[in-house]
Amino acid sequence: MASARVTLVDYLHLEPEPHLVAQECRHCGARFFDRRNACARCGRSDFAPAGVDGAGELRAFTIVHRAAPGIPVPFVSAIVRTDDGTWVRSNVVNCDPTPEAVKLGMRVQLTTYPVGADDDGTEAVAFGFEPT
Amino acid sequence: MAVQISPDSVWVLGTHMTRFARYPDRDLIDLASEGALGALADGEVTVADIDVLACGALFQASGAVGQRLQKQIGQTGVPVYNVANACATGATAIRTVMMAIRAGEAEIGLAVGAEQMGKMGLLGGAATKKEKKVFEPSGRYGAVTGVDGYLGTETMPGVFAQAGMAYAHEHDGVGFEQFARVAYKNHLNSTLNPLAQYQKEFSLGEIMESPMMSYPNTLLMCCPTGDGAAAVVLVSGERLASMPSHVRKRAVKVSASVLTSDPFTEDCQVQPDVNTLTRNAADQAYETAGVGPEDLDLVELHDCFATAELIHYDNLSLCEPGGAGEFIDSGGPFRDGATPVNVSGGLISKGHPIGATGVANVYEITTHLRGEAGDRQVEGATVGLAHVIGLASACGVHILEKAAA
Ligand SMILES: [Zn+2]
Repeated sequence: MASARVTLVDYLHLEPEPHLVAQECRHCGARFFDRRNACARCGRSDFAPAGVDGAGELRAFTIVHRAAPGIPVPFVSAIVRTDDGTWVRSNVVNCDPTPEAVKLGMRVQLTTYPVGADDDGTEAVAFGFEPT
Repeated sequence: MAVQISPDSVWVLGTHMTRFARYPDRDLIDLASEGALGALADGEVTVADIDVLACGALFQASGAVGQRLQKQIGQTGVPVYNVANACATGATAIRTVMMAIRAGEAEIGLAVGAEQMGKMGLLGGAATKKEKKVFEPSGRYGAVTGVDGYLGTETMPGVFAQAGMAYAHEHDGVGFEQFARVAYKNHLNSTLNPLAQYQKEFSLGEIMESPMMSYPNTLLMCCPTGDGAAAVVLVSGERLASMPSHVRKRAVKVSASVLTSDPFTEDCQVQPDVNTLTRNAADQAYETAGVGPEDLDLVELHDCFATAELIHYDNLSLCEPGGAGEFIDSGGPFRDGATPVNVSGGLISKGHPIGATGVANVYEITTHLRGEAGDRQVEGATVGLAHVIGLASACGVHILEKAAA
């Protein structure tokens, strides 16, 4: 049975290559990932989709050892600034969850990974950033 | 510096707090009543003198806590404002009373902050739903399931850890040990405060080796949950001037009362920006009060996590820009340092019953400025600052000054 795929969040697009799509304010250029009512910077409400660079720098992280039930720990929570200046909240993946392996300022690249399937066999795909 | 009583000024007339602890045998109104009645007695007034009541209790924000308090301590028919503003709830209650007095609608007002949390455990982050059957996008991010743990963390120790690590990335000399030293200081300070939830000293090693919550915040670098209440009675300068001299002498001037929210910054929608609104609040408060950070004899700031306290040294201009690591390493915020910070033990050890916190900080500063802080007294204190911040965000800063002799 061929299983369908969905993305964990709607701003992750898988084709042609996995990438994030922001809502960019046409007036001031501020970028957002959520459904918008208006721009939090300038108050206008005219947006256009904008592809986000997959490469960036790790600007902050924490290694989470205690989380809500059902969330596997440890994991590396991260704030990444991509090379086009977009800020993204994500995990660092494919990297030991230790202070020795995770370094502030390190170069990272967007990647995707499966996070399980629903009862219909539809697989959800999440994104993370891995060291390069 | 002698502070005169001008008619349009506002003063702390009385204040009280319960010990922060766990009170399984008392309810929220018991705690709020103890705080309120204590503050009224301290200010030598009664509930009949109160023109306005503001009450903050975050987890019971829809429960008319102010009116329930009145039903125990006095139903006088005055306006009641029940306020909720995250961890700045208590500061918002104080500010609400300030505004009523400044607007000329009240001469004397009561602000109460209270919370009963018990053992709530880890705050922030919800359990992933187990009953999910079909992935369907929902919410503003079109998420098919909970994203906590996949797209970063939503837990409070983690969110504030990232804020500290962002600072560590931008400035030299900040790391795990500097953050741990903050917790060492606050646990040590709490041993002198009988009102603190915990009053135990821990070594730097014990702090760094305690269970890791969210690197670099270990368990002993995180505030506990707990119960408690605090209250202040505020009075207009005009009314205070007519009061007996022994009352005037204990009054403490509110030289600045500021509340801010976070302005837009490029990263503010993916990570809470606890810095900009704190800087804005502090700058406004210093300007309004006409004092600078170098004038402060003590500071109570919002150390919900050790990482948070360190970055607020910089946000409140207590250290050189970028110099928070050096500031803690050189002993600047210790009891005997340049600017003692959280001599009460701070949220980390005194405790953090959320609604009470922003009022308890003002209690602490007031008590030192009156010279009534006992073993933990900062000798000769004349000016202090109280800071709280709640995520979303809201920041309250109050600057207090000792009365004229
Ligand atoms: Zn805009």
